[in-house]
Amino acid sequence: MYNKTIAELAQGLKNKSFSSEELTQTLLSRIDTLDPELNSFITVNKEHALSQARAADAVLAKGKGHRLTGIPVAQKDLFCTDGVLTTCGSHMLDNFTAPYDAGVVERFNSAGAVMIGKTNMDEFAMGSSNETSFFGAVRNPWNTGKVPGGSSGGSASAVAARLVSGATATDTGGSIRQPAALCGVTGLKPTYGRVSRYGMIAFASSLDQGGPMTRTAEDAAILLNTMAGFDPRDSTSIDKAVPDYTQSLNDDLNGLKIGLPKEYFNDALDSGMARIIEEAIEEYKKLGAEIVKISLPNTDLAVPVYYVVAPAECSSNLSRFDGVRFGHRCENPKDLEDLYKRSRGEGFGAEVKRRIMIGAYALSAGYYDAYYLKAQKVRRLISEDFKQAFEKVDVIMGPTSPDTAFNLGEKADDPINMYLSDIYTIAVNLAGLPGMSIPAGFLKQMPVGLQLIGNYFDEARLLNVAHRFQQATDWHQQAPKGFE
Amino acid sequence: MSLDKNDVEKIAHLARLQIDEKDVENYATNLSNILDLVEQMASVNTDDVVPMAHPTDAVQRLRDDEVTESNQREHFQSVAPEVTDGLYLVPKVIE
Repeated sequence: MYNKTIAELAQGLKNKSFSSEELTQTLLSRIDTLDPELNSFITVNKEHALSQARAADAVLAKGKGHRLTGIPVAQKDLFCTDGVLTTCGSHMLDNFTAPYDAGVVERFNSAGAVMIGKTNMDEFAMGSSNETSFFGAVRNPWNTGKVPGGSSGGSASAVAARLVSGATATDTGGSIRQPAALCGVTGLKPTYGRVSRYGMIAFASSLDQGGPMTRTAEDAAILLNTMAGFDPRDSTSIDKAVPDYTQSLNDDLNGLKIGLPKEYFNDALDSGMARIIEEAIEEYKKLGAEIVKISLPNTDLAVPVYYVVAPAECSSNLSRFDGVRFGHRCENPKDLEDLYKRSRGEGFGAEVKRRIMIGAYALSAGYYDAYYLKAQKVRRLISEDFKQAFEKVDVIMGPTSPDTAFNLGEKADDPINMYLSDIYTIAVNLAGLPGMSIPAGFLKQMPVGLQLIGNYFDEARLLNVAHRFQQATDWHQQAPKGFE
Repeated sequence: MSLDKNDVEKIAHLARLQIDEKDVENYATNLSNILDLVEQMASVNTDDVVPMAHPTDAVQRLRDDEVTESNQREHFQSVAPEVTDGLYLVPKVIE
């Protein structure tokens, strides 16, 4: 049962081949047995999950319900869940039971989905390896000596290990796509504003976007159908109709124009990675696509711009953690300043502190123009590059990540090297475009991800392009040894 | 751009972060390296470029000034470290 996709599970529940309670119990037992090796969950709330499953069975028994009714889904521990621990991977929130549900969680609840647990993540989503989590590193099921990527490493690891068929994730600079690539699963970062950020603990508000992580594009479409849509409680949510993303999955790719940016295929790309990406492009040619060489000239500036914009927004967002209203508070503060400084000093880990300090510095008097304003201007240039490219092509393709999963600890003391893990994903967030990563092959026994970048609100096309590839290949069906 | 220990202590104070004395040097090195990375932006001419604050350049939505939320003070304060009579408690600010 655990090997089935969401589409198959929904069919099984509908046909009464099994109940949601049986399915949920199967996954809970599997998590019990296998997750100690992976550490992909921070919280597994068995009673809560089983009671949701029984409620779903009651609805299904009446022949009612939604496609997700009774389907177990994991939530990244950055989405607030009413009455359930919501830590954001931080000591700061290790005692925080959210008093309300995030918009995304509400939508899953109204669809009747079962929340199986909350997945591990880099602290406040700041990291590309899941090693900054206060709850310990997550391991990659393809090789438990390697990282799963981050920040949504728990969701990626859990989906790859068949502990759950679908999970939510969030992406500020690659945090859905990079771990999806490193764990060999399918991940979609929607257009900025497509999925509600209400109740999603904020890191960088002009970049953050939630999305699904699954094993297939079809499942990603099913989850996005539930996740996407206007939410007046998120001031940047877009009020635009949501199509049924499953309807266009099988559309013909004949004449599809695929742009290959020369900046993604230069000498910096490992030759083994390049070969796998080129083979995937060949597959698309067989499906009728045309290849167009394009240029995104400001690609190299994406990482520098991001490390001003994201830290600046994070230093502002994380000022709410002051030891007064929620979260960690230090013992015996001697005055208010001591309360703030020690609560925050003790509550946050090193990477979070680094980013808060960079942001505070970039926004401080005398430096604003040189850093934040300059970054916002270069951000416009990066975004214009994509606009021009999408006048010529329908979708842009390239590698998701410069390399396959690296060893645990390998980059932990080298922040700059870690930041460069996201060189292919970050520009997409700066522009606010939708992007996906799908499994495209293996290098040194580790999965490789193909990145698909679409135009604004073109998620349906991305899912269609991903689905057709998955109809023609079986990379996405491979399971890590010991987790088949 | 190179930051020294004094700079790090000043920034940490601005951000109300307590940093262990033994870690200051390491932060100075790491933060300087990040600023060096960021410095690459300076190579681009952005004279006539309009700053981009948000991907979609959306404007702030407005709504009528009506009460839409009910009072849930007790519920929200249930996660606070210290509360009395509906008030958040902090160390004495005024002697």
